[in-house]
Amino acid sequence: MKRRKRQYRTIKKFFRNPLGVIGLFLLVFFVVLAILAPVLAPPAWQDEPYRIPRDGFSPTPKPPNEEHPFGTTEGQYDIYYGIIWGTRSAWVVSLIVVGCSAVIGIILGSIAAFYGGWLDEVIMRITDIFYAFPFLVGAMVLTTILGRGLDNVMIALIALGWMGYARLIRGDILQIREAEYVLAARAAGAGSFRLLTRHIWPNAIWPVVVQGTMGMGSIVITAAALSFLGVGAPMGYADWGQLISFSRNWVIGFQGNPLAYWYVVVYPSIAITLFCLSWNLVGDALRDILDPRLRGVM
Amino acid sequence: MITFIVRRLLLIPVVVFGCILLVFAVMQLLSPAQRLSLYIDNPNELRQISRNLDVMIHRYGLDRPVYEQFASWVGQVFRGDLGWSESAARPVSGAFRRFFPVSAELALWSALPIVMGGILLGSASAVRHNKLFDHAMRFFAITGWSLPTFVAGLLALFLFYGILQWFPPGQIGITAAAMMRSADFTSYTGIITLDAVLNWNWYVFADALRHLVLPVFVLSLVSWAMLLRITRASMLETLRQDYVTTARSKGLSERVVIKKHARRNALIAPITVAGITVAFLFNGLVITETIFDFHGLGRWAARAAQTFDLPALLGYLLFNGVLIVMANLIVDILYAKIDPRVRLG
Repeated sequence: MKRRKRQYRTIKKFFRNPLGVIGLFLLVFFVVLAILAPVLAPPAWQDEPYRIPRDGFSPTPKPPNEEHPFGTTEGQYDIYYGIIWGTRSAWVVSLIVVGCSAVIGIILGSIAAFYGGWLDEVIMRITDIFYAFPFLVGAMVLTTILGRGLDNVMIALIALGWMGYARLIRGDILQIREAEYVLAARAAGAGSFRLLTRHIWPNAIWPVVVQGTMGMGSIVITAAALSFLGVGAPMGYADWGQLISFSRNWVIGFQGNPLAYWYVVVYPSIAITLFCLSWNLVGDALRDILDPRLRGVM
Repeated sequence: MITFIVRRLLLIPVVVFGCILLVFAVMQLLSPAQRLSLYIDNPNELRQISRNLDVMIHRYGLDRPVYEQFASWVGQVFRGDLGWSESAARPVSGAFRRFFPVSAELALWSALPIVMGGILLGSASAVRHNKLFDHAMRFFAITGWSLPTFVAGLLALFLFYGILQWFPPGQIGITAAAMMRSADFTSYTGIITLDAVLNWNWYVFADALRHLVLPVFVLSLVSWAMLLRITRASMLETLRQDYVTTARSKGLSERVVIKKHARRNALIAPITVAGITVAFLFNGLVITETIFDFHGLGRWAARAAQTFDLPALLGYLLFNGVLIVMANLIVDILYAKIDPRVRLG
């Protein structure tokens, strides 16, 4: 009863933050886009919906027309189709990567904090080592070695993305471990597993949730950056980064009309920026509510 | 203080060793023929790999146990012997010497907007808490944070080159490049702006600067947004402290209170993220140099990824790792020097 009341209060507080609400609405919009993808943009090949249909092979992009509402890229890939189905790719990549990294981080961080001693030392030094590699550069090298493809992109992003969650939950557990209610539960004879799952995690998990929300946007950015560099999604796969990489040679039009190919840059850029912005707005609002100490940071 | 520094210094070899071990572990994902390319720094020999694979595997010891291979590879790394980079058409170590100045120039110029802009605007934003300026800064920061580097780069090109024609891409214009090749221009460092000053050639300096504006702006955007928000939050926290009220009640002017009392203490928080900023710069270099056609480390790494040039990629990864570990060490020491609670706690 009490818990439900607290949750209700949290939700009410969230809706008092206008920017957070805007972010949430945008996210709902992207969910709808992803769900309705087969209706909004019927796939050309039923068994390969992520393959963007092509209309010829001409290298010059074509402006928006009846058949292609957002125009076509170089190689005549349909931009509208790529954006609609790219929404699905963005959701799949960000949810899987953030979910898996958070689970790995939570498990390792909890072990380190809960058992302490040499185990803690070893796990934290391993996080230090993984932290030494810049996210994008590391993911680029790993994807190159594993081979092009969205599944390998996800493996690389998870392998290099779990450390933040581990450090965060470790710090929180170290604080909570000595709290009176935990000591009381321990004195009452609760085992390690019960202590963790019933008493510690429910109280230590919120900063991880906030971190995860902020992570959703940056994961999509990094995955798209890999596609942009040509080591991410395979050629012709519906992915926002791929669409932007198609636009690279067409940013500047020709003499006299620099705006000639605006559509190849503008549509995919809007899609990816809005997606990240909405997650960051929601994350910002959540942080204000769940972690008042950090109000306004990041 | 000294025990703290010594303890941190002792950790460095452990972490660096771990980095090398991790890169070596990644190498084990490769086929023997691919791994061979990491040992050979002679292009002619490299082309013979497929013809006499077994001989080569034996010559470079790839048939020996893994720990022996690791030991010999560590030796190679410390000699700076990292193989031949196909995409740069020179040994990896030579490629570093060639591309490093270009990236260093970009990174050094970016430090200016990141540090000055982030800290000054961040504290100004906190002082005008909830005023229009504060809201505008928060908006810019969260937008800069959400804007992917490649989108920012392409939009900047679109706007400032395509439409306004102010800042062209590339590293230097044709006239300036010709001047730099002439006999009376000596290249001391490879950092163009610095060389131009040393040669007292202001045309080259101005031209190089003009080409630097857009990439520096794009490169510093993410770090700038992060620093601004952290400085702002830290400054807000500090302005609420009792000693700031005391300073005000002593009758000190607001300027002195903010500059001398509040901002100094608020600066501790931004220093802790300096290590992350270095990592952001490395990430940003790959994208920025690719978009603006700067022939530096980042563009070399991107080309290496596209052409499967493994020695270059792994060398670059190791270089990044070591530099970030060093940056974190400096941050830790600075932090301990400023805030005594760290080294005692």
